[in-house]
Amino acid sequence: MMSYRTIIGLEVHVQLLTRTKLFCGCATTFGLPPNSATCAVCCGLPGTLPVMNRTAFQLALKAAVALNCTIATFTKWDRKNYYYPDLPKNYQISQYDLPFSSEGWLEIETPAGARKIGIIRAHLEEDAGKMLHDERAGKNDSLVDLNRTGTPLLEIVSHPDMETAEEAKAYLEELRLLLREIGVSDCEMQEGSLRCDANINLHVPQPDGSFVATPIIEVKNLNTFRGVERSLKYESERQAAELQRNLDAGVWHVDATRTSKFRDYRVSPITQRKSDGALGPVSKATAGWDERTGRTEIQRRKEEASDYCYFPEPDLVPVTVDADTLERVRAELGELPAAQKTRLQSQYGLPVYDAGVLSRQGRAFVAYFEAVVKQCGDAKEACNWTMNDLLSTLNDRKLDIKESSLSPENLGELISEIQATGLNKQRAREVYAVMLDGLTAKQAIDKLGFKVVADEGQLLELVRKAIAANPKAVADFKKGKVKAADAIKGFVMRETKGMAKTEMVQQLVMRELAKE
Amino acid sequence: MLDLTATELLQRQANGDSSAESITQTFLAQFRQHDSRIRAFLHVDEADAIEQAKAIDAKRKGGESLGKLAGIPVAVKDVLCTKGRRTTCGSKILQNFVPPYDAHVITKLKEADAILIGKTNCDEFAMGSSTENSAYQTTRNPWDLERTPGGSSGGSAASVAASQAPLALGTDTGGSIRQPASLCGIVGMKPSYGRVSRFGLIAYGSSLDQVGPFAQDVRDAALLLEVIAGHDPRDSTCVNTPVPPYTAMLDEPIKPLTIGVAKQFFGKGLDSEVEQAVRSALKVYEGQGAKIKDISLPHSPYAVAVYYLVATAEASSNLARYDGVHFGHRTEKFAGLIDMVKKSRGEGFGAEVKRRIMLGTYALSSGYIDAYYLKALKVRRLIRQDFDQAFAQCDVVMGPTSPTAAFKIGEKADDPLAMYLSDIYTISANLAGICGISIPCGFTKSGLPIGLQILGGPFAEEKLLRVARLHERETDWHKRRPAL
Ligand SMILES: [Zn+2]
Repeated sequence: MMSYRTIIGLEVHVQLLTRTKLFCGCATTFGLPPNSATCAVCCGLPGTLPVMNRTAFQLALKAAVALNCTIATFTKWDRKNYYYPDLPKNYQISQYDLPFSSEGWLEIETPAGARKIGIIRAHLEEDAGKMLHDERAGKNDSLVDLNRTGTPLLEIVSHPDMETAEEAKAYLEELRLLLREIGVSDCEMQEGSLRCDANINLHVPQPDGSFVATPIIEVKNLNTFRGVERSLKYESERQAAELQRNLDAGVWHVDATRTSKFRDYRVSPITQRKSDGALGPVSKATAGWDERTGRTEIQRRKEEASDYCYFPEPDLVPVTVDADTLERVRAELGELPAAQKTRLQSQYGLPVYDAGVLSRQGRAFVAYFEAVVKQCGDAKEACNWTMNDLLSTLNDRKLDIKESSLSPENLGELISEIQATGLNKQRAREVYAVMLDGLTAKQAIDKLGFKVVADEGQLLELVRKAIAANPKAVADFKKGKVKAADAIKGFVMRETKGMAKTEMVQQLVMRELAKE
Repeated sequence: MLDLTATELLQRQANGDSSAESITQTFLAQFRQHDSRIRAFLHVDEADAIEQAKAIDAKRKGGESLGKLAGIPVAVKDVLCTKGRRTTCGSKILQNFVPPYDAHVITKLKEADAILIGKTNCDEFAMGSSTENSAYQTTRNPWDLERTPGGSSGGSAASVAASQAPLALGTDTGGSIRQPASLCGIVGMKPSYGRVSRFGLIAYGSSLDQVGPFAQDVRDAALLLEVIAGHDPRDSTCVNTPVPPYTAMLDEPIKPLTIGVAKQFFGKGLDSEVEQAVRSALKVYEGQGAKIKDISLPHSPYAVAVYYLVATAEASSNLARYDGVHFGHRTEKFAGLIDMVKKSRGEGFGAEVKRRIMLGTYALSSGYIDAYYLKALKVRRLIRQDFDQAFAQCDVVMGPTSPTAAFKIGEKADDPLAMYLSDIYTISANLAGICGISIPCGFTKSGLPIGLQILGGPFAEEKLLRVARLHERETDWHKRRPAL
């Protein structure tokens, strides 16, 4: 097995959360009957003209600012010309050489710590329609649904900064969290409001310290987060095997005369014989990911880059962005997930892992957590209850934090009650379960009839009884098996139906055992 | 009645001497009598025109307030969308296209209570200078039926020259209003880019196209422009600045008036009779106290080359939608999608349109775009700068509209370059986005009309019209009518 570096860059398209399309007034609602959300403009009828949706531009600005991008003060629209039946004008209005934003970054969490993934550019463009193939008996028609045509898309192109499939997945998850939090996109992969293509190749180290680059493959159709991870893992292994095979067979050659610099090292491209007999570079190819077979299928190798004949869109005017607008956008952003995570650590003393779990749940969840802390004053317990119990309840019931039947005040009161009474965790969970019906902690404890036994005399009697009944445990304890005390504590808990005050039992058991 | 201007026809209706219906009937009768030879119109729905006229008369009778063009028939170039009415662009590919909306200018005409009398012939997708490139018919010049009316708005120009309509709308991408106006002996005006909404104008070269008026005289042209100009939120390139009342100050001369004359407009290829007529027109202005100033537009020799890169590049993209998939002509038999698109376009487009699509695609292709399209954009900026400098020194620039009077049908049909040169003086106004007008200024010995082109700065329409009107008051070239 050869060792290699995997080089991954992602091109992500997200649909913006506007009510209407980018250049006309049609609705962007998902799942409407085919061709019902269309008009003369998005159908590209002769004589119609596009008019830019200002909200879409504002949302795109918001995203770019949140991604730490440089915002262009002057940006224009361009036409990308290509023929396809789902594109009624046979050109797409996009941005070519003057995108509204460029050079930003997004921080992701990796096993080796936080890392910044560079963003080359983010630009706005209109979406195409959808082709539906009618393959009923005797039919061989292709149908076109133009509902999606003209929906605003934000294309975010990363630098090839990711080195593992896991990092690619982490980048995508971090991006989704960010865009959802700032209300730019709902990022639903199933509904196509977040789409991802990945460019991947390998850099294989050579004895002389240089590297050989395998031809770049663009993996398309990545419809799930798991698919992104699986396909990239598969593709890197496939490329390694392909390189070995083709070098051994003499089909591919390393062209050490045409190296290029990548980060702090040099890479040599692969060449092969072309139809005219000369050696030439192996061009970039497109591959589709097949979720069922778990394989990438090479679709086509382009001999030359497609020519989209880009030119400035004459039907739209350039857009200028002034400092005031940018300031306003920045102010509207609020606290972004990365900053929030840092704050949760410093303000509440949470470990980095816990802070990460909380901030990944979104702003509303963090706000809930903070309300619980405010009520009970114990950030560690508030964090435990929200990220363990509450989160699994919400997941089981497929609820959003805003739909939780348990208010943060009530959860905070439960935590205070536990601290005051010494209610053990198991009993506390039963109280919690009852509270999900909308009861306060006190109401739930009353309803369950729980009464914590905190009478020292009563508990001492039980402890002595337990010691008498468990001579083996006592013997083990004396031999140094501290764990053996659990049997004594367990006896007391059973006798009190779990209602004994935990700390008090602990103290009494230790004191009495020491006397033995 | 046919000799009356729209302004006079409005007066007659107001006086009760005539009705919208009788006016419309008169022009329709003229259409019936002469259009089989002139072929100015592609579609005329007589019953519908009468209906519209009756409705206007009823409004007048009911004491309702009426629009600025109440009861005035207007012919419309068939590149402007008319709701529920076929709009073909003179092309087979849009033979059965019925737009579900009106162009903004059509809405404006309707609001002004004008009568939409019919759709006029034009070069296919407005690509041409003789109206010979129409897929349907060749329009003839009313002054000489062997000659072309010019183009691409030849149908609209011929309809006004032949008194089949008192007013008409055309579109001007490189001279398609001014050149036919000149060749047909009438007034034709291209407003500044952004003055009139392009919504519903089926695009040829989007950064150059403008809708403008044809009329018998300057006052009528001013009146029609007043109606169609103004902001439209559906066209982002249409400016939101108020439209001055062009007719109000029309008879007030601009004083002092400095007229720029560029030597580049009097070079090789200019017919001597045309030159003479234009020089006489300049004399008329001098006689009115105007100062003539020699200026230079150093980059104008490149205008034709720049135009045929910019306009065709935009056209290659604008016309990509006619693929037989969603609308327009679809071929009968095909094997697969690519074959269908190829055949539909191959059958639907004429030779000149294909030539320009290929030229434009080439100019935008990687490897060529820097040398052609992007270079053309740079020269376009220089041409605009030339005019900025010119208008800093003078009020208007004058010269011939076209290097020759009307040429024979078929004369240049097989020589695209010769045809392209007939727009040599008009094209730079489109590239610079400024306004221009062609007014009658004389006739050749063989009796063909000659046009004077007056160019004004961006949004200087009011000044331009007043300057044009000054010449018209002192001459009567505009009053001559062809013997049909
Ligand atoms: Zn629409």
